[in-house]
Amino acid sequence: MPLPATETVECDILIIGGGMSGCGAAFEAKYWSRDLKVVLVEKAVIERSGATGEGLSAINCYMGQRYGWNTPEDFVHYVVNDMMGLAREDLVYDVGRHVDSSVHLLEEWGLPVWKKDNGEYERIGRWQIPIHGESIKPITAEPARQALGQENIYERVNITHLLTDADDVGRIAGAIGFAVRENKFYVFKAKAVLITCGGAANVFRPRSVNEGLGRTWYSVFATGAAYGLMIPIGTEMTQMEHRFVPTRFKDGYGPVGMWFQYFHARVTNSLGEDYTVTRDDELRKYEPYGSAIPTPTPLRNHQMFLDIKAGLGPMYMRTDEAMQKLAQGDPAKMDQVRDEAWEDFLDMTIAQALTWASQNIMPEDTPSEVVLAEPYIMGSHSGEAGAWVSGPEDLSPTEYFWGYNKMTTIQGLFAAGDGVGAAPHKFSSGSFTEGRLAAKAAVNYVLDHPQASGVSDAQVRNLQEAIWAPLATFDRHKGASSSEEVNPNFVNPKQALVRLQKIMDEYAGGTSTWYTTNGPTLERGIALIEMLREDLKHLAARNRHELLRCWEVVHRTWVGEAHMRHLLHRKETRWPGYYYRSDYPDLDDANWRVFVNSKYDAASDSWDIFTKPYIQVVK
Amino acid sequence: MPTYVDPDACNACADVHGGPQCVYICPNDLMVLDSGSEKGFNQEPEMCSECYACVKLCPTDAIHVRGYADFVPLGASVQPRRVDLGLTWTVKFRDGRELQFTYPSRTKPAGSSQPYQSFTEDPVADLKSQALAGESLWLGVDALPTLASK
Ligand SMILES: Cc1cc2nc3c(=O)[nH]c(=O)nc-3n(C[C@H](O)[C@H](O)[C@H](O)COP(=O)(O)OP(=O)(O)OC[C@H]3O[C@@H](n4cnc5c(N)ncnc54)[C@H](O)[C@@H]3O)c2cc1C
Ligand code: SF4
Ligand code: SF4
Repeated sequence: MPLPATETVECDILIIGGGMSGCGAAFEAKYWSRDLKVVLVEKAVIERSGATGEGLSAINCYMGQRYGWNTPEDFVHYVVNDMMGLAREDLVYDVGRHVDSSVHLLEEWGLPVWKKDNGEYERIGRWQIPIHGESIKPITAEPARQALGQENIYERVNITHLLTDADDVGRIAGAIGFAVRENKFYVFKAKAVLITCGGAANVFRPRSVNEGLGRTWYSVFATGAAYGLMIPIGTEMTQMEHRFVPTRFKDGYGPVGMWFQYFHARVTNSLGEDYTVTRDDELRKYEPYGSAIPTPTPLRNHQMFLDIKAGLGPMYMRTDEAMQKLAQGDPAKMDQVRDEAWEDFLDMTIAQALTWASQNIMPEDTPSEVVLAEPYIMGSHSGEAGAWVSGPEDLSPTEYFWGYNKMTTIQGLFAAGDGVGAAPHKFSSGSFTEGRLAAKAAVNYVLDHPQASGVSDAQVRNLQEAIWAPLATFDRHKGASSSEEVNPNFVNPKQALVRLQKIMDEYAGGTSTWYTTNGPTLERGIALIEMLREDLKHLAARNRHELLRCWEVVHRTWVGEAHMRHLLHRKETRWPGYYYRSDYPDLDDANWRVFVNSKYDAASDSWDIFTKPYIQVVK
Repeated sequence: MPTYVDPDACNACADVHGGPQCVYICPNDLMVLDSGSEKGFNQEPEMCSECYACVKLCPTDAIHVRGYADFVPLGASVQPRRVDLGLTWTVKFRDGRELQFTYPSRTKPAGSSQPYQSFTEDPVADLKSQALAGESLWLGVDALPTLASK
């Protein structure tokens, strides 16, 4: 099968992904870069791409420094506790001190923020402010588009691999991918590359089935590309064992934050009990984190999980109780509360609104089931998987600093948002902010290193053959079977995805195994995922849409493998409620309050897994 | 929940900027124009996250969402309609009850943002500082916090 034409784009800074962090990076890079050429490449269209494309009902990371609400120090203490002792304090502080400026800018650009009568922002929780956020993504994308200019934005181009320098594999040289809507390769040559391409949903088998496979909590568009691009070239990753198991409204995956924090709803079991009350003692096993206020998210999950495991479900979010209490019998007040309740989902998780309507649920009358969902691997929300990056010069100890803020261990390769590890709770606003920080550092890097990297034509050619291989495979072998789907010579991307999800679910502690695993189970899972990775060389695609799905499952498989290898390395259960190591059931601060890091080596196809110290930066 | 297109309402909207709007916008590359009928079509409904991006953009309101057959009982619908700077949602229950909500989406019309207006940071002199573009204007406090201990 002939390979299609190649368009080569040379630039100074390449931003891969136009989500929250990518749009922030584009906006910021252009301000500082003067005559440098900044290019953004995106697999979809930036007005609705990524995890915020559907909209949001709150900005979950806002300090309110101007109101005296919180300091960045407060934020660090909160995040480290929620992560049960493990987060990079320099990175978290850095997001915290800058994030307010990002939120104020978003408001200036047209994001409607709820206000109190005195003009101050309304608050949901300590860090959360409610917004009318249906259009947060187009509002964020507009300045990015204006800043870079249409001619520097490549949309519907899916990046599959990063390119390293021909003479130095430790230095970035660009990226390669294909046009989703036409037969064409793209080669981007750049001095600095920013990875802003989101987290990973659909690595574990979701609770949804068949037609509902796309109804995951974190966006199904989050295909693990950030990790799947960085791992294969040997970028040092951190905390890839970490995951987030969200408590969500059942089936529709509606978020619960607004219900807990703003409506003050309880969750009760079939006996009418509230697990945060009846299982309070359980927290004492996990000191000092158990006594932290608020209770860390995994521990709250753990308390609920004990109820579910004891057969005390269904668990109900008492929306009825909470709404009646807020309205206090006043019909006008009830109208307002009802409006707010529905807006939370219509702005952000429309499926949940439809689930309510389909089950005849009026939330003021009828409670709604909640469940613990399947695990998600990401770095911007309540997860902390991602690249090990340098912190900022004025905050970071030498162990955490190597010249440029948010630069990975590959020279010239930067990350932000879900791509950065050990820096969680950034959410939309913090990811946008981190993209800005990475972009400014990348400008500095390029000005300090003006010479272009070399790209080897042979490397490009080999990758192009690999990228196009699924189409060639289908073409070559389709005659061997009367079915396009059952063929001894290949596997299609949906089959590969389902296989990955089954392995992760059963061996890495998904929902069907009660989030529980152990050493031998993980070793077995790794053996199976290694075979899957071999079989991915026999992926087959009938068209470019399926080719896109092929490369998504390749990226997701890297995430799954890294996750299992890290899980195996950490010999403790640090985050009960997210996962359990049955062979090491306790939290072990004395030995394991350390980051687990890894590097994959392509030449030997092997992984080096090791630890890095946790250093307290904020007193 | 997977989208579906009402063939009578779809006019393929090829004359709009970007071509057929659902094809243009879908973040997951799902919507295509069926080559025979020239109607919008979801080519992989099981990868649809019912983000409603296509529904909101369709100029003829031809796109609807039917809850996942796997777990969503039949008969309900949630349909948006653009109004000035916001959306009106019509929520129909399985039992026939209906609710309507209107929420704002933006305070300014699309296309009106001015990225670096009144920013004072100097792209050369302030490049090595920790400040981000526009922070002297937008941070909300006088000085960017740092750690005394470092
Ligand atoms: C259901 C849900 C609810 C949420 N609720 C809130 C909330 O209430 N408040 C809040 O503040 N935050 C919330 N978040 C979190 C927030 O959306 C994320 O933290 C944030 O979007 C992460 O930013 P990012 O830039 O890392 O990734 P994204 O915004 O997901 O951007 C990634 C981008 O990369 C592109 N991309 C991916 N792979 C490739 C590739 N191979 N080639 C080219 N481009 C690629 C994608 O298309 C996308 O545009 C929520 C997220 C979800 C899913
Ligand atoms: S956007 Fe609407 S009118 Fe246009 S092609 Fe799609 S379904 Fe048809
Ligand atoms: S609802 Fe979203 S994911 Fe589904 S087809 Fe429309 S744009 Fe695509």
